[in-house]
Amino acid sequence: MSTPDATLQHTALYNLHQELGAKLVPFAGYAMPVQYPAGIMAEHRHTREKAGLFDVSHMGQVILSGNNVEAALEKLVPGNIVDLAPGRIRYSLFTNAQGGILDDLMITRRQDDLFLVVNAACKTQDLEHLRRYLHADISIKLLTTQALLALQGPCAAAVMERVADGFNAAQPFMSMASVQIAGVGCDISRSGYTGEDGFEISMPSDQAETVARALLADRDVAPVGLGARDSLRLEAGLCLYGHDITSETTPVEAALSWAIGKRRRMEGGFPGADIIQQQLTGMAGRQRVGIRLGGRAPAREGAEIVDKDGQVIGRVTSGGFSPSMGCPIAMGYVDAPHFQAGQNVGLRVRQKTLPGQIIDLPFIPHRYYR
Amino acid sequence: MSKLYFTEDHEWINVDGSDAIVGISDYAQQALGDIVFVEIPEEGRALAKGDEAAVVESVKAASEVYAPVSGTVVAGNSALEEEPALVNTASQSDGWFFRMQLSDPAELEGLMDEAAYATYIQGLDG
Repeated sequence: MSTPDATLQHTALYNLHQELGAKLVPFAGYAMPVQYPAGIMAEHRHTREKAGLFDVSHMGQVILSGNNVEAALEKLVPGNIVDLAPGRIRYSLFTNAQGGILDDLMITRRQDDLFLVVNAACKTQDLEHLRRYLHADISIKLLTTQALLALQGPCAAAVMERVADGFNAAQPFMSMASVQIAGVGCDISRSGYTGEDGFEISMPSDQAETVARALLADRDVAPVGLGARDSLRLEAGLCLYGHDITSETTPVEAALSWAIGKRRRMEGGFPGADIIQQQLTGMAGRQRVGIRLGGRAPAREGAEIVDKDGQVIGRVTSGGFSPSMGCPIAMGYVDAPHFQAGQNVGLRVRQKTLPGQIIDLPFIPHRYYR
Repeated sequence: MSKLYFTEDHEWINVDGSDAIVGISDYAQQALGDIVFVEIPEEGRALAKGDEAAVVESVKAASEVYAPVSGTVVAGNSALEEEPALVNTASQSDGWFFRMQLSDPAELEGLMDEAAYATYIQGLDG
C-alpha cells in the first residue's frame, strides 16, 4: 500500500516491481515485493502449476578463492566441500561453537573458486565470520553488482528451453551451468526454495531487468513475491533462517543431519563438532517437525505446542495456511519423545487449543529434477 | 434508513437505529491480501469501544478487528467459517463480521462517514 521509506535499498528490479504493481515491504533492509496484484494464493498456485519468477537479489552472493579454499571453508561448515565436484552445489550451514546455526547457505564449486549464496539478513555477519576465521590468503568478495532471480515450478525447465540459449534440459539437480538469456550471460543453478524443479539465475545487476522481462514474456511465467515464497517453502518443509533455524538450534535438532557429510561426521573439524557428533549418536532432546492443523485457524510463530494433558512440549517456528493443502500447517520444535509422526498435539492460539498432528516433512512432496 | 461509518482502523459499521453490522473496509481487505480464516465473536459478548472483537488471518499474518463502538454481539457471520474469502470478494456486503446492539449510539459521532474515510485513506497512501 504505502511506499517503503527511502533508507531501504533497492534491487535492480525495483522499477519493474513497481510497474508490475507489486506491494513493496521492508525486508532485510531492502524494499521487496511481498506480492503482486494476483495475490499470494494465486502466485503460490501458479508456482506449483507452472513457473514463478522471484527477485532474490537481496541475498548475498559471495566468491571465495585461494589455495585449498574448499578445505578452508570446511573449517566453518559441516558439509563435504573438498569432494564436491566442479559445477556441483551443496546446501550447508555455518555453525557456532555450541553447534548452533549461524546461517544456511548454498555452496557451488566452480572451476577456480567457490560461489556462496547466503541469507540477506545474515550477509554482513557472514562476511565478518568468513574474514575472521578464513586465513588471510583466501579472498572473500561480496558481489555487489550481481542480481539473483529464481524461476521455480514444474514448467521452469520448459521455459528455459524456450528462453535460454545453451540450456541443457538434463542439467542435474544441484548443479550450475552457463546460459544466455536475451543475450545476457547468466549462471543458472538447478536449485531453489519451493520444493519444485527450478533455477536460481545470477547475472549482472544492470542487465537483470532485461533477463526478467525475457522470462516474464514466456506464457508460463508470472511474477511471485516473498509472501508466496514463504508459503511455498513452508509446504516444502524448508527452513527459514532466524525462525526455524537459529544460533540456538543445531543441525541435528533441525532435522538437517543429512547436510553433514559422512566424512565430516567422523572427522569433525567444524565449529560445535563435539556437540553435533554427540547428538548424531543418539537422539537430540528436541526435533523440528511438521504439524498439520485440524481446523481452519492457523497457528503462527511462537504458538505453544502442548500434549494431550496440556503440558507444553514445544513451540511453533513457522506457521501459516497451505494454499496447496487447503488447511493450516506449521513447523516447530517438539521435545522427545513427542516428535514421532502420527502424534496428536494441541496448538495454543488466543486461549484456545487447536488440534494438530505431527506429520513427516515435507508437507508437499519435492519434485526436484532427478 | 441505515448510515455507514468508518474507523481509523478500517472497520466499517452500518447502523440502523441501535442495530448495527460491522466489517472491514475494502482498503483493509486489499492491504491484508488473501484471507484464510476469520474468528468471529460469540453471541452475547459485551464489547467496549476499541475492544478486540474479531481476528482475521491472511496467508501471511493475523490482524485484530476492533469494536467501532460499544455494544453486545447479536450474531457472527457464520458464512465466513466456510468461506473466509468473502471478506476479499465482498468486504462491505456478504463479508460482514458480526451484528451488534449498540449501548451508546453517541459514540458514533467520533467516527468518519464514507467521504471522510475516502480522504483519510488517500492521506495514508501519500
